[in-house]
Amino acid sequence: MTDPRPGLIGRRLEGVDGIIAVSSGKGGVGKSMVASTLALHLAEKGHSVGLLDLDFTSPATHVILGIDGLFPEEEYGIIPPVTHGINYMSITFFALDKPTPLRGADVSDAITELLAITRWGDLDRLIIDMPPGLGDATLDVIRFIEGIRFLVVTTPSKVAYETVRKQLALLKKLQIPIIGVVENMTREPTDYVSLKVENDGAQYLGAIGYDERLEESIGDEARLKETKFYAEASKLYSKIN
Amino acid sequence: MHEWALAEGVIQTATGIAEEQGLEKITEIVVRIGELQQIEHDILQFALEQLRTPLMKDAKYTLETIPGKLKCRICDEEWTFNPQGVGEAESEAIHFVPEVAHAYISCPSCGSPDFQILEGRGVLLASITGVKPDD
Repeated sequence: MTDPRPGLIGRRLEGVDGIIAVSSGKGGVGKSMVASTLALHLAEKGHSVGLLDLDFTSPATHVILGIDGLFPEEEYGIIPPVTHGINYMSITFFALDKPTPLRGADVSDAITELLAITRWGDLDRLIIDMPPGLGDATLDVIRFIEGIRFLVVTTPSKVAYETVRKQLALLKKLQIPIIGVVENMTREPTDYVSLKVENDGAQYLGAIGYDERLEESIGDEARLKETKFYAEASKLYSKIN
Repeated sequence: MHEWALAEGVIQTATGIAEEQGLEKITEIVVRIGELQQIEHDILQFALEQLRTPLMKDAKYTLETIPGKLKCRICDEEWTFNPQGVGEAESEAIHFVPEVAHAYISCPSCGSPDFQILEGRGVLLASITGVKPDD
């Protein structure tokens, strides 16, 4: 008995020039905000970009970007709807706003299905918003997506960085390219994270200060782009090729 | 037309297996279709016909239906998925990504959404039969 889906994934992604997994060992560090705004930034710069939310049990990018009332087109697979200049795919299209409790094997199956049937077409960049940690989703994108690169997000917290340190170690061991580490939600200048990142052999891309007005802009693309967060994040994103 | 994507997977996988086994032609491809995904057999069959390659030009396609068997992880209840038991929008969602069944279906005995899909999830390539050059 052979699963016919994994063999399709490479074909579905052959028109995509670069795939970036936005990831962290820890939840709550702002991965989804970074993934969403990175996609917005790239679209704003004129790139063709896709955003895939793989955080199946707690998807959030649709909330950040205010995506509602869309559904993929079914044509020899499924075609992501385009919103805010972004080709967008998320399990929320299928979960219809209901909680979706999934165990590891189910997460793997759902990831395989979405990667096998989604027709992204030609893209400059596909951004993947990953769930936190080193579980099935992380192992699956490494297994299925050749050439994937990781953009790692942390906060200044020692607790968050401890999980990121392990994630960096795993990625290095598996020889998966690491774009660098973004330090999010900083409140005052400190070199704790930057020194740790350098010590752990990765590139420190910079810090994004805590923006107390960011919450007010959730769900509104135009207001998101006017935030201090977006201005600071865009400077860091311009370092990413 | 999601069936086309899965048919592509079947053809590509069957071709890979035939090459591994050194087959010069494929005579039969058996596909198991899990009822949970509610695949349209006619569309899948049509797509498989359209996607035929010279390697499988005379192959027989056999499509077998496998009932969706579910088992509760909490109380061990086993039951069979009933497509009529869910609404149209929910059916369509499960058709695309069967795992979202966990959002719409719960154990008929204890009500938990924590169940296993024992069999009958989606499309699987069960077997291929073919001829080697020296057969």
